Amino acid sequence: MIEVRALAKSFKVFKRPAGLGPAIRSLFHRKFETVEALRGLSFDIAAGECVGFLGPNGAGKTTALKILSGLLYPTAGTVRVGDFVPQNRETAFLKNITLVMGQKQQLLWDLPPAETFAMNRAIYDLPRREADETEALLVELLDCKELIQKPTRQLSLGERMKCELVAALLHRPKVLFLDEPTIGLDVSMQARMREFVQKYNQTFGATILLTSHYMEDVTALCPRVIVIDKGRLLYDDTLRALTRRLRPERHVAIRLSAPVQSVALPPGASIMRQTQSEFVLSVAIDQINDVVRFALAQLPVADLTIEDPPLEDVMRGLFAEGKTA
Amino acid sequence: MGLASTLRAYPTLLRIGLAQMIAYRAEFLIWILTTNMPLVMMGLWTGVAADGLVGRFNQRDFIAYYLAVLAIRILTNNWLVWELTMEIRQGALAARLLRPIHPLVAYSAMHLSALPIRALVITPIVGVLIWSSGDLLTAGDPAMLAVFVSSIAGAWLILFLTMLIIGTLALYIDSAMSVFDLWLAIHFVLSGYLVPLELLPSWVEPIAMALPFRYTLAFPVEILIGKMSLEVGLSHLATQWMFVLGLGVSASLLWRAGMRRFVAFGG
Repeated sequence: MIEVRALAKSFKVFKRPAGLGPAIRSLFHRKFETVEALRGLSFDIAAGECVGFLGPNGAGKTTALKILSGLLYPTAGTVRVGDFVPQNRETAFLKNITLVMGQKQQLLWDLPPAETFAMNRAIYDLPRREADETEALLVELLDCKELIQKPTRQLSLGERMKCELVAALLHRPKVLFLDEPTIGLDVSMQARMREFVQKYNQTFGATILLTSHYMEDVTALCPRVIVIDKGRLLYDDTLRALTRRLRPERHVAIRLSAPVQSVALPPGASIMRQTQSEFVLSVAIDQINDVVRFALAQLPVADLTIEDPPLEDVMRGLFAEGKTA
Repeated sequence: MGLASTLRAYPTLLRIGLAQMIAYRAEFLIWILTTNMPLVMMGLWTGVAADGLVGRFNQRDFIAYYLAVLAIRILTNNWLVWELTMEIRQGALAARLLRPIHPLVAYSAMHLSALPIRALVITPIVGVLIWSSGDLLTAGDPAMLAVFVSSIAGAWLILFLTMLIIGTLALYIDSAMSVFDLWLAIHFVLSGYLVPLELLPSWVEPIAMALPFRYTLAFPVEILIGKMSLEVGLSHLATQWMFVLGLGVSASLLWRAGMRRFVAFGG
């Protein structure tokens, strides 16, 4: 569905230090520097996949999404989305995709979201019945029926984001580029958005490329991640494999039903955190069975959970690895 | 988007544009009412003409001329250059580019949707014009009326396309607004906004004839107040629409080339 080959994008950026002197000098002599946002990026995404697109600030994620959605022309390399070359911006291509940016909006500011929906129905030339059904479904999934008649400017950020998604998905795009769709939302709203994206992916079989700095979004939605830094590909595989490679240990959290003063741990386990009623152990993956058996036999266990290390830790490890590579 | 789909979408775009306009009604009205220079010039020139003809103009001609200038200016003016420059600089143009309708079609709908309110605003001006100078107006002659209406459409298109071209320059240079300021200064003189063109020094005439400014204002005004024969009017109309065609092609080429430079910063 998405094919990216040796994608490069550079920008010419005007540069001058702060202050009056440099401002006056810049009238006569301007200094430009070339910023290479993407440097030979390649990857493929199959139809129906939901892929996390990760990287630190300035990695080139948004630039890549803008090229994929046809907003920017690549400096070099090729991109295909379905049967289309995005920068040609053919009508059929635009009717098949959407780009949602958490920090930007397409809703008409002074009119109720319902007017933006009406405009999009007309622009996408949607059959009335299909548009009615889709709008009703999206409004129900996002629980925003009460919001769509109020002027957009009077809605909160989370409310606007719900309506933004309805507007962006009214034409049932097959490919979704989601750039920080949960940014600035509270925890419950983030969870709701995640649920919604998952349902949309399942209901319509849509292909989704998602960037987010909230690792919960990625963990919940994306079995596969593509990680880039400074415009280069750092990693492209499953989230699980990434975790295994960089942090080949699991976290075993044991809640105790009675206090324990000390415990002699089996080999391969170390204590990360300990209180009188709880242990959190870091355990080598091949020792998990032994440690769990030991805990259940030797300790008054009330509850026991096994988790991967937090994705934030994994990503930190990957970026550190990328810097030293 | 094909022509048929665009035509189907257009009424909705016009309706939404009008709804947006009404949301900003006070600001919009104040902006329109700041177009008062023709009234100042009318006061000045009727004073000058108190002692006799100025060129072909007597006091009543000046009153008719400047009322027509005011009405046509309000009807055909647009603010696309501000909007486009801002959307390019702030990256907001990205949202338009993602939609399967050409942004220029969407802009045209938004600006055309302002016409009913603009028409409403000029109604009293037209009323005064008819009351004060009804006998001078050529609108009773169907042929002249047809030329006048076509010249208004041409004037609107020349202004829209010029604003589009200047706004699109924001893709190439840091500040397209300074280009607009320069254009506006020349427009005030060569469009007949400040002074009827025939009262300017004779060497200005060939310059004014070779540039599109006069076709945005002086031409429809002169047709309306009977200062131009049908034959000359038809010839000017042909020239006006040649400018429309030329500007349309230029705007299209500039836009296409500019899109390669769009960086969508902040958007």
